[in-house]
Amino acid sequence: MKSKTVDCDILIVGGGMAGCGAAWEARYWSRNSRIVLVEKANVDRSGAVAMGLSAINTYMGMRWDENTPEGFVNYVKNDLMGIIRDDLVYDVARHVDSTVHLFDEWGLPIMRDKNGHYLREGKWQIMIHGESYKAIVAEAAKKAASEIYNRVMITRLIKDANNKMAGAVGFDVRDGTFYVFKSKVVIVSAGGASQIYRPRSSREGAGRTWYPHWASGSAYGLLIEAGATMTMMEARFSVPRYKDGYGPVGAWQLLLKAKQTNALGQDSFELHKEEIRKLFNGKMGYADVVPTPTNLRVLSSLMELKAGRGPIYMHTEKVLTRENEELGWEDFLDMTISQALVWAGQNVDPMKEPSEILPSEPYAMGSHATENGAWASGPEDISSSLSNGDRSKSYFWGYNRMSTVDGLFVAGDACGASPHKFSSGSFTEGRIAAKSAVKYLMDHSDEHLQIDNSTIERMKLNLYEPIERYNKNKYEITAGKVSPDMMWYDQGLARLQKLMDEYAAGWGSWYTTSDVMLNNALKLIKMLKEDFVNYAAAENYHQLLRTWELWHRILTAEAIVVHMLYRKETRWPGYYSRSDFPALDDDGWRVFVNSRYDSKAQSWEVFSVPVIDLVVRK
Amino acid sequence: MPTFVYASKCSGCGDCVDICPSDIIHFDRKSRKAYNIEPDACWECLNCVKVCGRQAVDVRGYADFVPMGASITVVRDDRKNTIEWNISYRNGTRKKFSFPIRTTEWGSIKPPSEYPQAEMGKTEELSLEPEKLYINSVPSIKGEKN
Ligand SMILES: Cc1cc2nc3c(=O)[nH]c(=O)nc-3n(C[C@H](O)[C@H](O)[C@H](O)COP(=O)(O)OP(=O)(O)OC[C@H]3O[C@@H](n4cnc5c(N)ncnc54)[C@H](O)[C@@H]3O)c2cc1C
Ligand code: SF4
Ligand code: SF4
Repeated sequence: MKSKTVDCDILIVGGGMAGCGAAWEARYWSRNSRIVLVEKANVDRSGAVAMGLSAINTYMGMRWDENTPEGFVNYVKNDLMGIIRDDLVYDVARHVDSTVHLFDEWGLPIMRDKNGHYLREGKWQIMIHGESYKAIVAEAAKKAASEIYNRVMITRLIKDANNKMAGAVGFDVRDGTFYVFKSKVVIVSAGGASQIYRPRSSREGAGRTWYPHWASGSAYGLLIEAGATMTMMEARFSVPRYKDGYGPVGAWQLLLKAKQTNALGQDSFELHKEEIRKLFNGKMGYADVVPTPTNLRVLSSLMELKAGRGPIYMHTEKVLTRENEELGWEDFLDMTISQALVWAGQNVDPMKEPSEILPSEPYAMGSHATENGAWASGPEDISSSLSNGDRSKSYFWGYNRMSTVDGLFVAGDACGASPHKFSSGSFTEGRIAAKSAVKYLMDHSDEHLQIDNSTIERMKLNLYEPIERYNKNKYEITAGKVSPDMMWYDQGLARLQKLMDEYAAGWGSWYTTSDVMLNNALKLIKMLKEDFVNYAAAENYHQLLRTWELWHRILTAEAIVVHMLYRKETRWPGYYSRSDFPALDDDGWRVFVNSRYDSKAQSWEVFSVPVIDLVVRK
Repeated sequence: MPTFVYASKCSGCGDCVDICPSDIIHFDRKSRKAYNIEPDACWECLNCVKVCGRQAVDVRGYADFVPMGASITVVRDDRKNTIEWNISYRNGTRKKFSFPIRTTEWGSIKPPSEYPQAEMGKTEELSLEPEKLYINSVPSIKGEKN
C-alpha cells in the first residue's frame, strides 16, 4: 500500500461548516503556517449543508438591537431543559453576527425586509436563498488553507509519547493511499451522527434520513478513542419533520405561521399541558416558558399518536397562498428536495390539504437543538474563574474549545454542551477554536512531537485489516455476502440500528427505555465491537470507508447508552423517556453527564459535573 | 429518490463522481459511464444532477414511499447565478420556480491573508471584529455564579 506523510502546523478534520470556519480564522491569525484540511468527500458539497439551506438559524442582529447574547442563552437553556454551558453558548452568540456579515459580503443571498434588515424567519433565524451556501463557504476555506485533501477519511487520531495530540491517520477512499498527518494541533469538526438508530425509511429509501447519511459519528468516534472527555451523549434527539421526505418545519411554523394539530384538529400541547407540567416542570417551569421547549412539543405529539389520534398534521392549506407559495417550496428545494418529490409523487396539493408530521429516528449532534460532543474549555474572559484544576470538571484550562487532550480542539457538532449553533454558529465555533489553536501553536513552538513509528505501522495494518480479511476468505464461499468468517458493514450497521432502536429508545420502542433495556443494549454493543475486530470485511476502498464509518457509529452508540444508563431521570421526554425514572429531577440531575473512554481497557468512566448559571435568568 | 444515469447521455466526464458527498457515484468499469453504486445511501441532495452538463443524471422517487410518475428537473447556472426547478406531479400538475444562488462572482472572495492582521493579544476579538459585528465592541459577561 502506498503511504504519504504530511507535516502540518494545524490539521482540520472535516471540511463542513465548522471546518471551513476554522480554516478561515487560522489563516487570518497565522500567515505562514501550514494549515491542512482533510475531508472525506469534496469540500464544495460536503457535510450537512451539502444540499444547501433555506435559513440561517442563528443570528443575533445586534447592529439593529434585535437580540442580545444574554437573551439567546436564556432561550437555549430553556430549550435544553436547563442544562447548557452558558459560557460556550454566550461565546457563539456574541461572535455569530460577524460570521453572517461575512457570508453576506461573500455573496450568500440573504432575504431582506422592508427596512433593509435581514428577513426574520423567527426571533433567532433569518431567511436565505441558500442552494449554494456550502459552495460559497468552501470557496473561503479554499482561499485560506495551505492544502485541502478531498476524499481522505480520517480513521484515528495519533497521540505522542507525552499523551499530547500528534495528528491523525486515514486513507484515500478512491485509491486506498495510506495517509499520516503529523500535527501538534488538530481541530476535529467531523460532524454529527445519523444512522445509529434504525431509520423510519427502509430498503431503497434508507438513505433518506433527516441528518445526512454521511454524518457518520466520526467526530465522536475519533474523540472517544483519543480519550477526550465527552459530555451529554445521552441527549441524542429526534426532530419532528414532514413524514417520509423529512421536509423542514421551521419556515412553515415560524414564518408562514402554520399550525400543527392531531387528526381531530386539536393542539396536542394544550391537551397535555397539565400532565406535562406535573412531571417535567422542574424548577424553571418548562411547561410554561415561551417558546415551549422542542422536546415537550414532540412529547405532546407522541402522546397523541400513541392514543391513536394521529396523524399529526401541519396545516399548510390554511396558510399557503399563490403569493407565498414560492417561499414554501423553496424551503424544501434548498434543503430537502425529496419532500418536494413526495408531494409530487403523492399528488399532495399543499394549498388544499395538510401534510403529516412525524418525529424522526434519533440522531447525535452538537449543533442543533441538542448538545452531544466533547467537553471543551471556554473563553478566557468568561470562564477563567471557573477552573478547579481537573479539566473534566472545569470550564477553563487555557485554550478556548480545546478538549481535555492537549492540542485537540473541537467545533460544530463535535463540541458538546454548546447547542443551537446551527450552520452559522458552527462556522463561528470553528473560528473560535482556530484562533485559540493558533495561540496554542505559538505557545508550544519549542516542543517536538515524539511519534513512535511502530504505532503508526500498527495503525496502518489495522486500517486495512477488513480488506485483508476479505481477500483471505473470499474463496471460502461460492458467492454472495453470507460467510461464517466475515461481517460486511451493512450487516453490522443493521445490527447496530436494530439494537439501538429496540433497547435504547428508538422510534420502534416509542422512544422509551430503562436500566434493563440499556444493559441489554450495552451487552450487544460489546459483542458487535468484538465482531467488528474479528470479522469486519471490505471488498474495496468504498466499503472500507463504510466499514470505518460503522466503527465510529458503534463508538458513538456505546457512549450514548453508557450516558443514558447513568442519568436516572427523564430530562427530555420527547427525545426519550425512562420508564423506571419517569420524571424530571432538578435536585438530583440538573448536571452534565461526562465520560472518558479507556480504549486499552475498553472501559468507561462516567461522572457528573454541576451546571453553573452565568447569565441572569429572565 | 435515488439517482440513476441514462446510458445514452453519459459521456463519462466524471463531474458527478467528483462531487457526490456520499461517495456513491462511481464509474462502471466496463462502460466507463457513471452509476449509483449504493442507492440506499443516497440522500437525494441532487448535487450529481446539478453538476451534470448533459442532464444524464436523474432521480426516481424512493421505491418505499414515492409512487411512480413524478419528476423533478433542475438547471443550476453559475454565470447567471440562478437555479431553475421544474416539478411534475404524478397527476400532471406542473410547478416552476427560479431562485438566486449567489450575489457575487464565483472566485471573488478575498482571502483572509489579504486583510491587515490585528494583534492577537488577550482580547476575545475574532478576525475583523469588532468592525464586522457593526457594533462597538465584542460583548462579555463576567464568569461569576449568579
Ligand atoms: C436537512 C437539514 C436542515 C438544516 N437546516 C438548517 C437551517 O435551516 N439553518 C441552519 O443554520 N442550520 C441548519 N442545519 C444544521 C447545520 O447544517 C449544521 O448545524 C452544521 O452543518 C454543522 O456543522 P459541522 O461543521 O459541525 O458539521 P458538517 O457541516 O456536517 O461537516 C462535517 C464534515 O466532516 C466531514 N467528515 C466526517 N467524517 C469525516 C472523517 N472521518 N474524515 C474526514 N472528513 C470527515 C464530512 O464529510 C463533513 O464535510 C440543517 C441540517 C440539515 C441536515
Ligand atoms: S456528470 Fe454527467 S456526463 Fe459526466 S460522468 Fe456524470 S453522468 Fe456522465
Ligand atoms: S443525490 Fe447526492 S447522495 Fe445521491 S448520488 Fe447524487 S450526489 Fe450522491
